[in-house]
Amino acid sequence: MKDKTKKYSLFAGFIVILLLLISLPSYASSYRVIFVTNILMYVILTLSWVIFSGPTGYISLATAAFFGIGVYTSAVLSGTLSLPFVILIGALASFCLAFVVGSLTLRLRGMYFTMFTFALVQLISNFAHWYEVNVTGTVGRLVISLDSTIIYYSILVVFCLVLLASYFIKRSKFGLALQSIGESEEAAAHSGINVTLVKVTTFAISAFFMGAVGAVMTMRWTYVDPPTAFDIRLSFMPLLMAIFGGMGNLFSPIIGSSIFAYLEEILTTKFPYYYMLLFGGAMLLVIVFMPHGIEGVFRKFQKNNKQESAKKT
Amino acid sequence: MFVKFLDIVIGSLLMGGIYALIAVGFSLQYGVARVLNVAHGEFLMLGAFAAWSLFTLGGINPILSLVLCAPVFFMIGFLIHITLFRRLKISAESLAVFEGNSMLASFGLMFIVQNLALIIWGAPVKGYSYLAYPISFLGAVFSANRIVTLITSIIISVVFYLFLARTRTGKAIRAAAQDPVAAAHMGVSINKMLALCFGFGTMMAGLAGLLVSMTSIMVTPFMGMEYTLIAMIVVVLGGLGNIKGSFIGGFILGLVGTIVSYIQPGLSMVAFYLIFLLLLLVKPAGILAK
Amino acid sequence: MKILDVQGLKKKFGGLTATANVNFNIEQGEIVGLIGPNGAGKTTLFNLISGAITPDSGVITFKGKNIAGLKPYRICREGIARTFQSVKIFAKMSVFNHILIGYLFGDHKNKASGSSSEEVAKILDFVRLSGMSESRAGDLTLANQKRLEVARALATQPELLLLDEVMAGLNPTEVAETMELVRKIREKGITVIMIEHVMKAIMEICDRVIVLHHGEKLAEGKPEEITQNKSVIEVYLGDSACLPSET
Repeated sequence: MKDKTKKYSLFAGFIVILLLLISLPSYASSYRVIFVTNILMYVILTLSWVIFSGPTGYISLATAAFFGIGVYTSAVLSGTLSLPFVILIGALASFCLAFVVGSLTLRLRGMYFTMFTFALVQLISNFAHWYEVNVTGTVGRLVISLDSTIIYYSILVVFCLVLLASYFIKRSKFGLALQSIGESEEAAAHSGINVTLVKVTTFAISAFFMGAVGAVMTMRWTYVDPPTAFDIRLSFMPLLMAIFGGMGNLFSPIIGSSIFAYLEEILTTKFPYYYMLLFGGAMLLVIVFMPHGIEGVFRKFQKNNKQESAKKT
Repeated sequence: MFVKFLDIVIGSLLMGGIYALIAVGFSLQYGVARVLNVAHGEFLMLGAFAAWSLFTLGGINPILSLVLCAPVFFMIGFLIHITLFRRLKISAESLAVFEGNSMLASFGLMFIVQNLALIIWGAPVKGYSYLAYPISFLGAVFSANRIVTLITSIIISVVFYLFLARTRTGKAIRAAAQDPVAAAHMGVSINKMLALCFGFGTMMAGLAGLLVSMTSIMVTPFMGMEYTLIAMIVVVLGGLGNIKGSFIGGFILGLVGTIVSYIQPGLSMVAFYLIFLLLLLVKPAGILAK
Repeated sequence: MKILDVQGLKKKFGGLTATANVNFNIEQGEIVGLIGPNGAGKTTLFNLISGAITPDSGVITFKGKNIAGLKPYRICREGIARTFQSVKIFAKMSVFNHILIGYLFGDHKNKASGSSSEEVAKILDFVRLSGMSESRAGDLTLANQKRLEVARALATQPELLLLDEVMAGLNPTEVAETMELVRKIREKGITVIMIEHVMKAIMEICDRVIVLHHGEKLAEGKPEEITQNKSVIEVYLGDSACLPSET
């Protein structure tokens, strides 16, 4: 009984917030709208990251890569196709890349996978830079930017979609398989679950939304180049936000990332020169003093590592 | 033709020596202390800036700076380990948790160090010119600083190699790198060993940075990450915890990088990442592993 | 009818030969015991059959089809299920969901007639865990966790069940209950291979016993024959897992 009222009140609260968000442009200033847009970007990235790294325990640092793919797709196509298509194609491009990369690398031990995703961001960024220097001739491209209200509503749509995806994955047969993989890959495989397919598909789904949000955010900038599109900080932030907020249910990452993103926005405006210092310091504090937030992810990480080496007994 | 060949050889040895140094440092930190130190390259960056500052502001030549900075960097690494990573090790309930936490902590370090460098030295690219005169060698012309750097990096590598192979501490380090638990059982003071290795790792990074600054005029606060990734790739190439493998792997990658740069400049990093991916897929234990 | 036929199975790990040219076959409906000293390669054999590792050479024929080298989920769907020496359960998951997973993913050919909840309830009943349906698997006692593993394996509707030391760490009552469970499983038509150190169980419920030593098949035969076998006695002498009268 208590549980149900808790659930309903959370849900009701959520609906209220959603309504407030939908009506935001009508009562808030343009600056506020952009502010909330940025926060939503981080929330979406965090939720997407949690879709995969939460249950499986594989720490992916490829977020920036998938975001950047969305950005570049958008930058290339922005004049020629309508917005929904641009976003969809950006998302699909990231989905495909993640599927390919995942198929190749998800059989690796956790730490190697993480190293590779880290290198992947640099690989793509470097390649894009080389391509622009040697093939297209100009580094970076100009983008047709759009009205902040359109961007805001686009991001809100992506936000709702990633929420729905997270919710339905958790409650589905697929989500059950995912959960079991996170607890014991070997047992899951022996129970008939095609572990690789499930892992790769989930990885690709999380990349889909990262690409989508990248495609939307491009419209806010007038100019994109590889360092902006493939900014490695976009790989660390969602990770940190998820750890800070917790990943046990749907709401904790949202709350955690909102708070963190809000703080980040304020810090970058107030201390543009010390921002990384503060961020790094925050990371250290969270890791040293909030190990409980980290425990969940790394317990799975441990199981991943143990499972590979236990096979030899 | 012969000039090109010689240039490639020298370039490979040069870069290889530097890569070997940072890789060995990284390998020590991961192999023994089990810290995947993503901030490794940042210490290289600090080394480069240290050389720049000492040279431009103090007139101290980089070779002397090497000697001066080595113990400083060692101390920095040693202190970081006993304050941060030892603490994490105590609070972690398993090795895997510690590995994950320490990796994340090193990310935090990376941001802090980069930002500090940005504040102290600013973003614009810096460089200095030392021994930049041409010398003639086997009919070809090379910049003296390249030759000096090459010789210095080889000397450092050999000295360190001998240290690992001949001295008691060195042997203890190798033992700990291969099997930390067994080493502890054999009387190696494991806590001291971990901090020592971490310190050596930082020292190697700093020295590598000093060497890089001698031949490159592109010293910026953002140069570190590339070297961290190279270190990672070399270490995977040579096998995690395999010090000799890191040496050899460094030179292999130096060769590959130099050749690729000749054919298509700007693609050397891409080539490295592709090699990395291939390695991880085909033989993650490293090509030099048994 | 031969349900499982293993020929020339070999597996090396680095310099260590875990499985050295093993040959045997299993008749449908048998309960076969697999015994041997620690390190004999019993679990490795299970790993090779279940797909957890790939053999270096050899053929594993299950119901006429060579399954050597297939991935575990494929082999599970073909009809082989197993439990693990160190119980591998999904600690945070409910007992019900464990079995549901086996049921949903394990069998793709003949889905049973009832709804999934009904089928899961049937299995819960069969292993006598009905009261624990909503409990968190991590909170169960060891004996119950082992039973849960068996239940999850059964939910995949196997024709061959591999039990890896399912009685280790159980007290005599629990051992007796588990023996009863294994008999019931055979009555359902499922063939069982069990790795065990609890000799009482081997003697009382196994039709046949295979003995492994240093990765090779040392002996094979009825339980009584095995206990008389000279080389088997030699091998076990000095080992803590002694023959006959041990519980």
